[in-house]
Amino acid sequence: MRIFVPLDSAAKALGADEVATAVKAEASRRGLDVTVVRNGSRGMVWLEPLLEVETDAGRLAFGPVGPGDVAGLFDAGFGAHEKALGRTDDLPWMKAQTRLTFARCGITDPLSLDDYQAHGGLVGLRRALGLAPDAIVAEVTDSGLRGRGGAGFPTGIKWKTVAGAAADRKYIVCNADEGDSGTFADRMIMEGDPFTLIEGMVIAGIGVGATKGFIYSRSEYPVANIVLAEAIGLARAFGLLGASVLGTGPAFDIELRIGAGAYVCGEETALLNSLEGKRGVVRAKPPLPALEGFMGKPTVVNNVISLATVPVIFERGAAHYKDFGLGRSRGTIPLQIAGNVRQGGLFETAFGIPLGKIIDDLAGGTATGRPVKAVQVGGPLGAYFPRALFDTAFGYEEYTQKGGLIGHAGIVVFDDTADMLAQARFAMEFCAIESCGKCTPCRIGAVRGVETVDRIARGDTAAIPLLTDLCETMKAGSLCALGGFTPYPVMSALTHFPDDFHRSAKEAAE
Amino acid sequence: MTPGSADIAARVGEILHAHDGMEGPLLPILHAVQAAFGYIPKDALPIMAQHLNLTRAEVHGVISFYHDFREEPAGRHVLKLCRAEACQAMGADRVAAHARGALGIEWHETTSDGAVTLEPVFCLGLCACAPAALVDGRVVGRVDELRLDALIAEVRL
Repeated sequence: MRIFVPLDSAAKALGADEVATAVKAEASRRGLDVTVVRNGSRGMVWLEPLLEVETDAGRLAFGPVGPGDVAGLFDAGFGAHEKALGRTDDLPWMKAQTRLTFARCGITDPLSLDDYQAHGGLVGLRRALGLAPDAIVAEVTDSGLRGRGGAGFPTGIKWKTVAGAAADRKYIVCNADEGDSGTFADRMIMEGDPFTLIEGMVIAGIGVGATKGFIYSRSEYPVANIVLAEAIGLARAFGLLGASVLGTGPAFDIELRIGAGAYVCGEETALLNSLEGKRGVVRAKPPLPALEGFMGKPTVVNNVISLATVPVIFERGAAHYKDFGLGRSRGTIPLQIAGNVRQGGLFETAFGIPLGKIIDDLAGGTATGRPVKAVQVGGPLGAYFPRALFDTAFGYEEYTQKGGLIGHAGIVVFDDTADMLAQARFAMEFCAIESCGKCTPCRIGAVRGVETVDRIARGDTAAIPLLTDLCETMKAGSLCALGGFTPYPVMSALTHFPDDFHRSAKEAAE
Repeated sequence: MTPGSADIAARVGEILHAHDGMEGPLLPILHAVQAAFGYIPKDALPIMAQHLNLTRAEVHGVISFYHDFREEPAGRHVLKLCRAEACQAMGADRVAAHARGALGIEWHETTSDGAVTLEPVFCLGLCACAPAALVDGRVVGRVDELRLDALIAEVRL
C-alpha cells in the first residue's frame, strides 16, 4: 500500500513530518507493508497535512490529518472516517483547475525520475532535442508565455535576444528569489516537481546556446533547497544534466545558489550582481541582461514558473498552451490565495478569472468570518483592491488598467479590521528596509514616505498631497520596481480607502 | 567559546579551497563560513579578501548588505517571525509583540541567557497558513500566541 504525505513546506509547517512518522510507526506495529511517499502539495493548504492512499479507484484524500488521527485511519481501513474527503480528483478545488505547470505536483514522488517520466516528464525535452535551436525559441514565442515573475515580458523574445548574441559563454539564470508576500508557487513547484524546472532550464539552454544554468533560490526556503539539490544530483546521475543532455544533446549543467535575505535580489540585475558575489545592487539598463548579464555574458533570466512551464509547452505544443487565457495573457496562471482566507492555497487556472470569484468562491471569504476589506494582488509592490474592483479579470493588462499589477499572482486578503494607513506605512517601511540604496527616489523617498504617513496618522491631512507627490517621484524616478512600484500599495490604499487616512484628523476635530 | 585566529585561518582556508573554480563564489563562501562558525569572524575577512583578490572593504560591503550574514554569534536558537502582509492579515503584528514581550527583547536581539535570537523575516512562502515562523530552519505555520509560547518554551530548554 502506498500512502502519500507531502514534504511541502506548508504541509510540514502544519505537522506533516509528524504524520509521516506516525504512519510508518503504525504500519510497522500492525505488520503492514506500507510505503510512505513524500509528495508535493496538492495546493489545498487548509487541508494540510493532506494524507492520500492509493486505491484501485484512485487516490483517496484525508485531511487535515494530525498524528493522533493515524491509528484511527488504519482502524477504518482508510475508508469511512471523519477526516475522509473522498477521491482527491473529485474535490471541487481540484476539478475546477486547469493544471498545466502544476500537472504533476502532488501526484508524483518529486525525487523519482521514473515517476516523472511516467507522468509526461521529459517528453517536451525529447521533442526539443529534435528541433533546431531557432525552432525551440519560436515554439516558446508562439505559446504566448510571458514572464511569470511579474514583469510579463514575452519569454520567447528574451530567448531570441540571447540566442542571437554572439559570445563564448551564455547562461540560463532561474530567478527563484520568490520574496513577495502571498506567493509560494515557486516554492511549491521546486518542492513538488523540481524536475520540471530542470527540464525547462535544459530546453532554454539548448534553445539559446547556453551551457550553464543557475538557480538563485532563497535562504528562507530550506525545504525547497534540499529537494532541489537532491533533484539536480539525480538529474546528473541520469544524464539529464552533464556533458551531453540525455546522451544526444549539447552540454548543460545547473548549479544551485542561495541568496542571503535581500528582497531586492529578486530584481534581475540585483540578482546577477548577487550571483557574481557582489552587493545586490540594481544595475542600470541598458545593457540588457540578455546581452550583458552574468559575468557580462548573454543571460536568460526567467522566473521559476516561466521555466517550469516550458516542458508542458513542448509536450503539448504551443497552440495548446496559447489556447487558454484572455487578451494578451495566454495560458494558465498559478494563483496563490493567502492571508485571511477560509481556503488558501494554489489554484492554477486560465487567465481571465475575475477577482471576486477568487475571493468569494475559491477562498470562501475570510478565515475570521468578517467582511473582506481589501485584497493585495501582486506582492508588497501590488495595489490594494476594494470590493468595487472585484470584477477585474486576471490578466497583465487588465490589472494595469485598474492601477494595479498581477505580479507573481499572489493574492492576500484582509478583513475589515485592517488599517489601510498602517498598510501604506508598511509598504514604505519595507521599501526603506529593502532598498539597495543605489537610486535616491527609493533610498530617501521610502524613509520620507514613512515620515509623511506618520504625519497623516497624527491628523495632518495637509501631508496627503505631499505623499501623492512623493509617490509620483518614486514611480517616475526609481531605477527598479522596488522604488518604482511601492507607490502602488500606498496610492491604492489612499485612493480606495480615504477614510483610513482622515480618521485621526476627524477624531482631532471632534 | 570563540574560536582562535589559527582555527579560523585553517577552517576558512579549507572553505576557500573547496570553492576554487566557482564563478562568483563569495556568497557560497560566506554561507559556508557562517555555517562553520555561526557568524562571520572578523579574522576571516582579510583571508577571504586576499584569496579572492578583493579588498577587505569589498568583502565587508557584501557581508553588510545581506540580512542573513552576522558579524557576532547569534543565540543558541534563532526564531524568525514573518512580518510580511499575508501574515499581517492573520495577526502577525500581535504575535510579534507577544514574542518580544515574552522574550524581553526587541528584533535582532538575543535573550540574556543566550538561548534565543529574534529576527524578522519577510516571507517564508507559508502565506496560506499564516502567521509563519522559522525556528532554526524548521518551518511552523498558524503561529498564534499559544503556539509561540510552546516554541519559546522548547528553545529555552
